[in-house]
Amino acid sequence: MADYSAPAPPSGLTFRSLAYDPKIRSIVFQVLTVVVVVGIVWFIGQNVATNLARSNTASGYDFLYGRSGFDIGDTLIAYSSNSTYGRAIMVGFLNTLLVAAVGIVTATIIGFIIGLGRLSHNWLIAKLCTVYVEVFRNIPPLLVIFFWYSGVLRALPNVRDSLEMPFNIFLNNRGLIFPKPIWGEGAWLVAASVVVAIIASIGIYQWASNRQSKTGQQFPVIWTAVALVIGLPLLTFLALGSPLTFDIPVAGRFNLTGGGTVLPEFFALYLALSFYTAAFIAEIIRAGIRGVPKGQTEASTALGLQPNMTTRLVVVPQAMRIIIPPLTSQYLNLTKNSSLGVAIGYPELVSTGGTTMNQTGQAIEIVSIWIIVYLSISLGTSLLMNWFNAKMALVER
Amino acid sequence: MNTSNIQYIRTSMIDQAPPPRSESSVAGWIRKNLVATPKDVALTILALLVIFAIVPGALNWLFIQASWFGPDRTVCTTAAQGGIQPDGWSGACWAFVQDRFSQFIFGRYPLVERWRPMLVGLMMVALLIPLLIPKAPRKGLNALLLFVIFPIVAFFLLHGGVFGLRVVETPLWGGLMVTLILSFVGIAVSLPLGILLALGRRSEMPVVKILCVTFIEVVRGVPLITVLFMANVMLPLFLPTGWTFDNFLRALIGVALFASAYMAEVIRGGLQAIPKGQFEGADSLGLSYWQKIRLIILPQAIKLVIPGIVNTFIGLFKDTSLVSIIGMFDLLGIVRLNFTDTTWITPVTPITGLIFAGFIFWIFCFGMSRYSAFMERHLDTGLKR
Repeated sequence: MADYSAPAPPSGLTFRSLAYDPKIRSIVFQVLTVVVVVGIVWFIGQNVATNLARSNTASGYDFLYGRSGFDIGDTLIAYSSNSTYGRAIMVGFLNTLLVAAVGIVTATIIGFIIGLGRLSHNWLIAKLCTVYVEVFRNIPPLLVIFFWYSGVLRALPNVRDSLEMPFNIFLNNRGLIFPKPIWGEGAWLVAASVVVAIIASIGIYQWASNRQSKTGQQFPVIWTAVALVIGLPLLTFLALGSPLTFDIPVAGRFNLTGGGTVLPEFFALYLALSFYTAAFIAEIIRAGIRGVPKGQTEASTALGLQPNMTTRLVVVPQAMRIIIPPLTSQYLNLTKNSSLGVAIGYPELVSTGGTTMNQTGQAIEIVSIWIIVYLSISLGTSLLMNWFNAKMALVER
Repeated sequence: MNTSNIQYIRTSMIDQAPPPRSESSVAGWIRKNLVATPKDVALTILALLVIFAIVPGALNWLFIQASWFGPDRTVCTTAAQGGIQPDGWSGACWAFVQDRFSQFIFGRYPLVERWRPMLVGLMMVALLIPLLIPKAPRKGLNALLLFVIFPIVAFFLLHGGVFGLRVVETPLWGGLMVTLILSFVGIAVSLPLGILLALGRRSEMPVVKILCVTFIEVVRGVPLITVLFMANVMLPLFLPTGWTFDNFLRALIGVALFASAYMAEVIRGGLQAIPKGQFEGADSLGLSYWQKIRLIILPQAIKLVIPGIVNTFIGLFKDTSLVSIIGMFDLLGIVRLNFTDTTWITPVTPITGLIFAGFIFWIFCFGMSRYSAFMERHLDTGLKR
């Protein structure tokens, strides 16, 4: 007879029981991972050290203080070829922020219009907006940039046959030349009054909403704010005796003199980023508004709210909760896509950094600067986003 | 009241009434969809104005005024510019696209060897189409052939060096061929790598989790062009002296790593949507970790995020155009290279070439998004609310 009694359970720790213990396994696996990663990093570090020593490249960020020796066409801060590499990279960074900021504003406006257009009951408008979205979503942004740059702006007439537009604005293949405002003395007070007006509007808004929740009386906050933000700077401006003159471009025989210039590189990048990103924003807006259940609209109608009040007080606040997170990620995408300016020579961060890299050979340092800058923009925005989401999140029981 | 005295009871059904005129006629449709309110009328007029401002001019420029055949720039330039067209002429220069078409597809691949990329293309179509049709049998074998055997065969066919095939170095590759190779490899690498990264990010092992989170967030935080620059200038620094890395391979690594970080986030979304009970159920059945992931979790998670996956593929396909910035000649790169060719240098060449390249990109991306919409409907098991 075979012995069917159970074998004695293994006493103590055998190799088998250790190998199947999830905790031990996890520790062993993590130790192995650390060893492999450290090994790879060490291997890379060794190679970098050897390669740098062989090519006689000094490591470190000292090169940032060296004379750059290259010119930049479009600068927001004072810069010449005698400035340092550090300043060149700073110029690039500011240009990135500039094109991203104006691009974000324009893309949001176009995106809102197209997104609402797709929801329109008007068949023709809805179809037109669909065509826009489907065209721009499905071609590379780089191609859109080249389309504006080589296809449209380079094909404009040359300086002598500039297109004249109202208000002394000229358009030619060297860019858009416009009357440049020159601020006189005390102009900073106008800017300061804008800030004051905005702060005052916020104060009025809070006072008005407090009063409304206490007494039910309404106050025309929006109109007051508009009047403040436009009126106060205007009054300041007039009180100071209009401290503003224009440097108007004059068409000479061969050239336009005076005025400010928007370079075609900036213009192409700005238009392309705006039009491309607008297609994505339009889809986000549409999804956000469609994401508000129909019952909400019906309920607010049942409460007797007017259609425009339904939209303003019920639909939009709820749609915003859906819209804002993906919208932010589109803003980040636009900022990152502004690095494509390097392809048409717009001096943004990647472009000026790339020139510096070619001249100094400090590849690791430059790439690290790129990563730090873009990563801080992204992480900063996500922190802001998390705070916003926590504030806006539905508070349930 | 006497209710039993019913005068008339109908014993047969009446004929169905036709739908109201406002629902069926063309005029009714127009009234409902185009001119319902005064605001609608204004919008319709606006839309018609936009259409009339763009469409006739575009059609005229693209087709009627276009120059279709010709050997060089003379057919696309006006008399003042040294061509045959009347002064003031402007139209698409399709003759340029036609003349350079094979270059746009194959780049500078040697003429006598072009049967090789063509054969690879045919093989790819032959393997891809049955994989895309849901009803076609033997999906496993098909996928194995497409994603394991085909890349190896394709590499040796395109690169050469075996069976007496002439070696064609990668700098000669170009055009749509390069765009497709980059996206195919990018897709084939980024999906499995993205799954691994997503699993790592949700892992309970802190070391693995931190590594995956760092990789994903850093790569997603920077633009692709910096990743490509990094692959281009830093990979050689990272390797021992004397090891060389093909330019093409560097771009390939850059694109694939970049896409896999985005893919990881998409897959993570799917993993998070799977109820905890599914994990626990798999555990209680005694499945091992990989069995659980492979048999229970991933099939559900991936189905949920198909639109996101395809969007990442589309993004990857569009992003391959960036390799033209680091000196490779993909479709966009080779089209731009031809703008400076003296044979075809005209004012309308750039815009014609870009429209052509844009059209090709558009067809691929639009096709992918349509297919994903189809797959979504096909896989919808009705469990969604």
